Amino acid sequence: MWRRWELVFGALLLASYWGGTRGQDADPSPGTAATPGPPVPVPQPDGPQAFPEPEKANLPMFTMDYGRIQIPFEFTLWVLLASFAKIGFHVYHKITIWIPESCLLIVIGLVVGGIMHAVKEEPPAVLDSNVFFLYMLPPIVLENGYFMPARPFFENTGTVLWYAVVGTLWNSVGIGLSLYAVCQIEVFGVQDINLQENLLFASIISAVDPVAVISVFEDISVNEQLFIVVFGEGLFNDAVTVVLYNMFTFVADMPVVESSDVFLAMARFFVVGLGGLLFGLLFGVAGAFTSRFTNNVRSIEPLFVFMYTYLAYLVAELFAISSIMAIVVCAITMKSYLEENVSQGSCTTIRHVVKMLACISETLIFFFLGVVTVTTDHEWNWAYVLFTLLFAFVWRGLGVLVLTQIINPFRTIPFNFKDQFGLAYGGLRGAICFALVFTLPDNINRRSLFVTASIAIIIFTVFIQGISIRPLVEYINIRRTNNKHQTINEEIHTRLMEHTISGLQDLCGQWSHYYWKDKFMKFNEHVLRRILIRDNRAESSIVALYKKLELQNAIELLDTSLGDLSAAPSLVSLTDEKKASSRPKKTFLMGDVRKMRDNLSKNLYKINQRTTAWTNKDGLHENRQAREILIRRHHTIRRSVRMGSFRDQVRHRFNSIPKSQRYYSLQPGMNLESALPLRRTSHDSSRIAFLIIPSFFYVPNPNPRQTPKPSDEKARSDIVEMKEGRLRAVQPPPSPRSSSRSFTGRLGTVKEATPRPPSPGLDVIHESPVSSRGPRAKGPLPTPRRSLFHRVQGGEEGDKQQQEEKEEEEELSVELQGEAGDVPQPPPLPPPPGWVPENQQSHRAGDPLLRHSSQGSRGSSRF
Amino acid sequence: MGSRASTLLREEEIEEIKKETGFSHSQITRLYSRFSSLDKGENGTLSREDFQRIPELAINPLGDRIINAFFPEGEDQVNFRGFMRTLAHFRPIEDNEKNKDPTASEPLNSRTNKLLFAFQLYDLDRDDKISRDELLQVLRMMVGVNISDEQLGSIADRTIQEADQNGDSSISFNEFIKVLEKVDVEQKMSIRFLH
Repeated sequence: MWRRWELVFGALLLASYWGGTRGQDADPSPGTAATPGPPVPVPQPDGPQAFPEPEKANLPMFTMDYGRIQIPFEFTLWVLLASFAKIGFHVYHKITIWIPESCLLIVIGLVVGGIMHAVKEEPPAVLDSNVFFLYMLPPIVLENGYFMPARPFFENTGTVLWYAVVGTLWNSVGIGLSLYAVCQIEVFGVQDINLQENLLFASIISAVDPVAVISVFEDISVNEQLFIVVFGEGLFNDAVTVVLYNMFTFVADMPVVESSDVFLAMARFFVVGLGGLLFGLLFGVAGAFTSRFTNNVRSIEPLFVFMYTYLAYLVAELFAISSIMAIVVCAITMKSYLEENVSQGSCTTIRHVVKMLACISETLIFFFLGVVTVTTDHEWNWAYVLFTLLFAFVWRGLGVLVLTQIINPFRTIPFNFKDQFGLAYGGLRGAICFALVFTLPDNINRRSLFVTASIAIIIFTVFIQGISIRPLVEYINIRRTNNKHQTINEEIHTRLMEHTISGLQDLCGQWSHYYWKDKFMKFNEHVLRRILIRDNRAESSIVALYKKLELQNAIELLDTSLGDLSAAPSLVSLTDEKKASSRPKKTFLMGDVRKMRDNLSKNLYKINQRTTAWTNKDGLHENRQAREILIRRHHTIRRSVRMGSFRDQVRHRFNSIPKSQRYYSLQPGMNLESALPLRRTSHDSSRIAFLIIPSFFYVPNPNPRQTPKPSDEKARSDIVEMKEGRLRAVQPPPSPRSSSRSFTGRLGTVKEATPRPPSPGLDVIHESPVSSRGPRAKGPLPTPRRSLFHRVQGGEEGDKQQQEEKEEEEELSVELQGEAGDVPQPPPLPPPPGWVPENQQSHRAGDPLLRHSSQGSRGSSRF
Repeated sequence: MGSRASTLLREEEIEEIKKETGFSHSQITRLYSRFSSLDKGENGTLSREDFQRIPELAINPLGDRIINAFFPEGEDQVNFRGFMRTLAHFRPIEDNEKNKDPTASEPLNSRTNKLLFAFQLYDLDRDDKISRDELLQVLRMMVGVNISDEQLGSIADRTIQEADQNGDSSISFNEFIKVLEKVDVEQKMSIRFLH
């Protein structure tokens, strides 16, 4: 194997020399690319010398200039090799469950290092201080910052910072002092390491890297608080560590350290941290603001994220303040605004690229760690290394114990001992630690000992703790968000409860639970969002939701592959309900039940919880669930529009109620009759004509007396335009009229019904639902329902309905009618969750809603 | 809105809510400010639309059911009292509440009431039974698309079979309680309301 390597390399070198000299011969001018000196820095005793230089040549047939491409070439090969390794791990899925990926990368690194060592090859000099701090570190931190689950983080900011800042200081000082004490013992032969250097070393090895732990915690879905603390600690203690590292490298140079220096160092600590925060905010806001204007240059949209965050990092670096802090804060600040401004595609691109860059960086570092472990000369000092390990372990444990005792009284949910164990045991050292120690300046006298000790502690923690943490955490049964359940009932009902709780938490807006947070949210709502977001509609969530739906072209997907989701139960319902008693009891074998339960628990939706969303290295698929849910609800709403809810069938007793006035979400047990008068009185009118479109795009005008704001105007004209686009414009565009009216007014549009004879046009409309439903009444649409529909429609309701329709037509939805009658095109957008009681037109409007995705996506580009 | 919030809530109202629901004063004012920020119509009540504007609820598979739970039968609007009454189900059970005198009426956040809340999320037609159909509807909402209708159907069958004791092919509330007796409902159905 290594022979082949050597051969390949030798061949490359030969070729490069040959090419270089040939080039020189051919073109003697000094400015050519071919440099006279040996371009390959890797010394290779055999090879070039053995090859006699060619005498003379006129024109090179074949030239090669390895020196020119060497660095990017080797870099590419390294990345490629590491990526192949990653593919390799995932071929057999189970490996990565039991062994953290970082372990595997180190192992591969060790193997490659072994090979290189065997052929006496130096490791490529890719990792020096500048390369690390300017190119490798930013992607890693950016990823952490960008995918920081914002909400749980802000709920636990105090605890996170407490562990990250105080915990890291605690570890650094504790380990440093203890090691210094050990150094005083003569037997170990390390008296020459002074206090500063010990502290420097200690600060390096107190950087915990939770990547491996996080993936384990995520897999077993550990409780949210613990998760976010581990995650946040890993992020912010990098910042603290780097600050300490810089400080101690500086201090290590000083011959004498005075007490004033200590105070200065402390002051500097805060300056550095807060400075980073400030720069991060600055660039974050700038980035968000820029993204307001990128809607015409979608293709470079993602670039802004990287440029601004990197700029924040570099500028912070320029002023020697915490660049990690800057980039993290920048990413967090920018993210929420930016993701609303940029297109869905850009958003996905950004996420993927951030992940990818971080992944490359980290893979390279771990890989490199493996290589370096084998190829460098180590200074092995048993005592120092072992004491390092011991102290790292002890101080971490003590730290967690003590810090938790202090923070627990302030927490709503205190950490119990199991949580504390998880926290302490999860203190793996990783990439940052290695990179920091490897980039130590050479003037530290026991540098190689430090490198050795750090590698030892990394390998120890990553391998021993990393591999054992999963079984241990499972064994002690740490608090989790959801446990395995014994019976299917428990599984289902618990999941239901968890969804409920999560929904209620969202409902209570546990976001803004303190005074300052309330203040900030208000400031955010009224000032920041106005400035930073392009179409700042208060309703943006609904529009965003709709945008998602449209973009996914979801309707067709659902109709074809899934059948009719919402209908599925109801299809079974009537018939099954009747013969439920007569149905023979199926007997389930034990194995079947187990399989069933596994299948179920695998497929049940995860709890709507933001922590798990983006932290998984390979997990960029989380959106799927939200999308599915949205699609379904959308679907159900349309269904309810089309023919009343399927629930109607369940309760025949309500058949007398006009379907038009049914809520999608109204529980069947509810008394609709009583609901309606209420609404009527509230609008002080006898009949309500709610409009689909206005309710959907209903822009609440905070102050109705004011004239609509430009953004409102824009939204409205968008809608109008979109409708027109759909319409194949038969009717004159209603824009002037509709835009002159306030939306608030439109929502509550109430008109007295003026009975009119049905016009011929309306008959067409009437027919359309039936005829167009025909072909698609496949599968799930039960026939009885249709007849029911006819009955109701054909009955006395019919007249009223037509009146309503007539009225509608006059009112605003001129285009709806034109469309329904003319072309079987869908009316504009289907309703959002914020659905109001459907009016009579729902019968006809609902149906053509199907199959309009092509148009929908066209229209959606405006939103 | 927020500044208005604290002024609009009268002390005696707070006292009444406190008595009824057991929330603390600061919890009530905080939730009131949340309530009024949701109340886009600014009329002191919330409608379904107000709830549905919460983006996270939109991607909650049970979003609609949860929203429905806030509206008493036939009602279309919910006022702050009603809002709090529903939320009170999710207040954690405190230690001093456990050994209160048993003669007092059962608090909203008792285990039974928590369970009843969950039960009613299933029980659409309010007949105090979860039928196979109702179960299937909820399952469909909660389960990803990778699971087929037949599979889901047999899951529902199995679920009912597991819980059903009197052979009526549906789950009554008592059976529901029985089947969940090992589950830590008190913890699972509680939210830490912030002060």
